[in-house]
This record gives sequence, C-alpha cells and structure tokens, in this order.
Amino acid sequence: MATTHRRKPTKAEIRRQKMEAAVLYPIDWLEERSGLIGGLRYFLFRNVPSDVNWMQTLGSAALTAFLVQAITGVILAMYYVPSATTDPHTGQPVAWESIVNISDHLTLGWLVRGMHRWGASVFIILMFLHMGRVFLFGAYKYPRELNWVIGVLILVMGMMEGFTGYLLPWDQTAYWATVVGINLNGTAPFLGPWLAQFLRGGQEISGYTLTRFYSLHMLVIPGAIIALITLHLYLVIRLGVTSPPWSKDAAGGEPEEEEEPSQLRPGLTRPVPRPSGASAMQTEPGGRE
Amino acid sequence: MEPEQPSPDTEHDLPAPTLYPIGFAIGVVVILVGLIISPLLISSIGAAIAIIFAILWARDATRELRGEQVVVEPERRDTTTPAADQQSLADAPVTRSVFLEGATLGLGAVIGGLIVVPVAGFAALPSFLGQTEHKVDLGPISNFSLNDWFIATFIVDVEQGEVSRRTAFVRNNGTVTDPATKQQVPSFTIISNRCTHLGCPTQANGPTGKKFTGVAPFKEHTLNGPAVFQSVIPAGYGCPCHGSQFDPEGNRIAGPAPRALDRYGFEVVNGRLVLLSTYSVSTVVGTGAQAQINKYKEAGPGEHIDGPEQWLYPLQPPHN
Repeated sequence: MATTHRRKPTKAEIRRQKMEAAVLYPIDWLEERSGLIGGLRYFLFRNVPSDVNWMQTLGSAALTAFLVQAITGVILAMYYVPSATTDPHTGQPVAWESIVNISDHLTLGWLVRGMHRWGASVFIILMFLHMGRVFLFGAYKYPRELNWVIGVLILVMGMMEGFTGYLLPWDQTAYWATVVGINLNGTAPFLGPWLAQFLRGGQEISGYTLTRFYSLHMLVIPGAIIALITLHLYLVIRLGVTSPPWSKDAAGGEPEEEEEPSQLRPGLTRPVPRPSGASAMQTEPGGRE
Repeated sequence: MEPEQPSPDTEHDLPAPTLYPIGFAIGVVVILVGLIISPLLISSIGAAIAIIFAILWARDATRELRGEQVVVEPERRDTTTPAADQQSLADAPVTRSVFLEGATLGLGAVIGGLIVVPVAGFAALPSFLGQTEHKVDLGPISNFSLNDWFIATFIVDVEQGEVSRRTAFVRNNGTVTDPATKQQVPSFTIISNRCTHLGCPTQANGPTGKKFTGVAPFKEHTLNGPAVFQSVIPAGYGCPCHGSQFDPEGNRIAGPAPRALDRYGFEVVNGRLVLLSTYSVSTVVGTGAQAQINKYKEAGPGEHIDGPEQWLYPLQPPHN
C-alpha cells in the first residue's frame, strides 16, 4: 500500500464516477460483443494530412446532398401517387394532382418537395465540383484509380436519378422530356430500340412507364448509389486522404515520428510494416508523386 | 493437454446450463393454445406451468447473487484424430469440406436462379410480349368531308385511358379502284403526328377553325371514348422540339428527322373508320388517293429505315 496520503473522494466526485460508469457500461457492452465502437473510431478518427483544405470537404458535401435527397424522397413517397389514370372528379391525372397536393395543400410539403427538387441539382453540381477537385489535385492517381471509376459510376447513377425523377410530376414538361429521352436511348445502334421499349414498359409510353420510372427512381438506383458510396468510402478510408499538390510533406518525404503510438490499426494512418525493398509504399500513399 | 489460457470469456459469470427456460416456454405455449381451445382450463394450467418454471428459473439465475457457490463444469472435447482416420481422410475422393463447399455453392446457385430468373423475366418480358394491336374507332366516314384535313385526337387503348390519347392528321380522299378486286374502295390519308426524330408532337402549319377552313370541327363519342376533330388547312407539319418540317403528305423537308411521318393503317367497318397499327414511311410520291407510299415496318423515332443507316437497327423488338 502506498504511503502517500489519499484524499477521500468527495460526494460529487463519486457521483461523477458513477455517472461515467453508467454511460460507459452500455458502450463497453456493445463494443465487447460487436466491435462496432472500435469500427466507428476506425472510421471517424483518422489522421489526415496536416495541410488539407476546404476543397476536400466537397466529397462529404456531395454525400450530405445525397442523404438529403434520400430522406426527403422517403417522405415525399408517403404522399406521392404514381398513377397515370385520370381522376374522374377533376379530369386531371392522379400523379400530377398528388404533386399539386404536396406543393399547395399539405403542411410543409412545398418545402420538402423544394428541397428534393433543388437538392437534386445541388447533388449533381457538388459531384462535379468534387470531381474537379480530385482531378486538379491529382487524387485520381495510383493507388486511387478505382475510386475515380466508382465515383464516375455514382455520377452516372445520379444522372439516371435525374432522368427518372423528372417524369414523376407527370406534367407536359415531364411527359415530353421523357418521350424525347427514351427515344434518344432508342436511337442507339442495335440494342437501342430494345432499351427504349424496356424503359417504356411497352411499345407506347403509358402508365407502366410512370410506375417503372418511380420504382427505378426510388428503389433500384438509390440502392445502387448506396452500394457504390459504401465502396467509395471504403477505398477513401483504406487509402487515406490525399495531400494537396503544393504540400510540403509530399513527394516521398518520410512520415514524422509519432509521439505516441497510434491506437488505430496499422495500414490506416501508420504504414504497414513491410519487408525491405518495398520502400515505395513506406510513405503514406497520398504523399507520393 | 496444455493448461487452458484464460480467455476474456472466463472473466464472465456464465450462467450454468439450465432447462427451466424451456419449461417456461412450454407454459407460454400452453397458455396460447388454451386461449384458442379452452381459455379457462388449459390457459390456467399453462399459466401455472409458466409461473412455476419462471420462479425456478429466476432462483437458478440469481443463485450467485444470493451467495451460493456455483460450479460450472467446463466443456471439454478430445480433438486428437486417430492415425487411421487421417489416412482414410487422405484417401477419400471428395473430402467433407470440398463436398460441403460444392453443395453450398450449388444449392445457392439453384435457389438464386429459381428466384432471379422469374423476377428478371417479370421485369423485362411484359415490355415485349403480348403487345396487342389496338383498333381505334373514329366514327362514321360520312363525318369526314371530301379532301378536308382534320386533326383527330383519340384514345388508342381504352384500358389505359387518357394517357394513350394520340393525334393524327386525317383526310378523306374519296374512293380509289382496288387493283386486286377492281372495286371502288374508300381512300384515307392518316398521318401520325409523332415526329420521326425523337417522338415529339408535330403541329399542322396552317389555319384551323370554321372561320378559316369553312369546315366545322366536331366531336364524336366512339367505341374508344371521346374523339375530337378540328378542321385545318395544313401547309405542312412542324415539330416544336427540334424544328423538323414535313410537307402535307408527311415527307421530311427540313430538320433532324430521318424519314417521313408514320401513317396509320385503316379499314372501314360498317361505314365507320377504324385505325390499325402504324407503319413507317421513307418517302411519299404524289398526293391523296394517288400517292405512292414507300412503306416499311414500324420503326421507332430516330431510326433510319432505308440507306446504309438501317443496318444499325437489324433487330426490332416485338411490335403489334
């Protein structure tokens, strides 16, 4: 037993300790059984180059725009009716009427539909800006080529979301834009006419076109985008964040000694120990020219 | 056998194996069955079973809390394999793991196929199979005054309703001698307004309405629902989307369209004009009943039907 005199903890300190224990207990419980807390730390608390700048937030901004689209879309689906039939009372198509209802009558419907409508453009614009940043920083180079490819696929999927979502208001603009869009696909050589007929859900544009586009717009393509974003983020975490081209740390410099060993797994922010001769990968990938 | 390394799990107070939860579950089942058969009698028995086992289970689970000594017999297994077994393993044509791997993949493929093939078929095939021809009744031919153009809008598919409303430019050419039967048969020019570029609705270039054309517009309640006929004197047809221009017979004269406007086939049944499927046209020479129409199978907008470009579309999806 140590000879130093120990002050008895005050009541406040004891209460505080108990509070901490109460908070930590469920976290520890979860961590011990799932490793999820460690996984979350691994995902969120990463070392990044010291000279990253605001341009490198464009990717997260695009992700946020996608999440906004997903959430507002889920809510809009609660009120939207994808039916091309005519309402016998008003003589208007049901789908168009449900859009009018969302915009003009339902509380806050105008706001959520507006967020979805304008957010669609924001999502595409942010993806392009993010793409431009990656291009100008040279962040598409080895070993990140695959992430560029996945990003392009996400961009294509985003455009398909735009194409399928444009039909849903079922007004004249939507209808004729989709007629032209589908027939554009139809002019592709060889399989074009087949693709057009598949998209139309038949020989003529009809109610099946609307339900089909609705399903593609809210189920098929978002699912694909979520899968691709998951892959995209996995590669970002695996390969780390790129230094800007003007970085002083770049160009093969040795990483600085860490004052205390990182608690994170090797391969993320610390170089993986490698046999000699494989010095090319010793530095952080982002620091390479 | 080596002494066991203490693993993190041994730090836990693992509860001893017990059968009490099973008894409790049986009691709950008896309650539920009793609710259907005899709520008073059977459910009471079930409740009794459940309560007894719940008490026993609770006592068992809290033994340590109440200060009793708990001894859990650790589970042990002999992991050594006799040499003879190892020999026979090496001789076996297919090892257990290889067999299980193959069975898992094979069964997975079969189950996956059973699900994916019909679902993918349902996604794609209805667009192509069962495309039926819709005959469109346009009312008595006596409505169409000789050599006057009408902009006719009509419902093609009664089941689909207004969404299948289409437009055609119709002119009654009078009668013409059928070369086969030498009989006088009615002749109509019926031009689809769908632009052959990308499918936008072409508009008639010319005045409409009785004031200009001298012919009154009319409505007709046909077998396909309401149809509207607006008289017009077309100098040709123009597309609002990308500016293609066509002459009154539908020949392309300017713009990005690759061919003349499509035409509807027709028949006259009991004195009523009935539209059939559309067919594609490369060019039309002459006009009215004497027009020489270069007919082709219906092709989609933007597709060439003659010249070398037609080879870009060798296989058409099923049409009606």
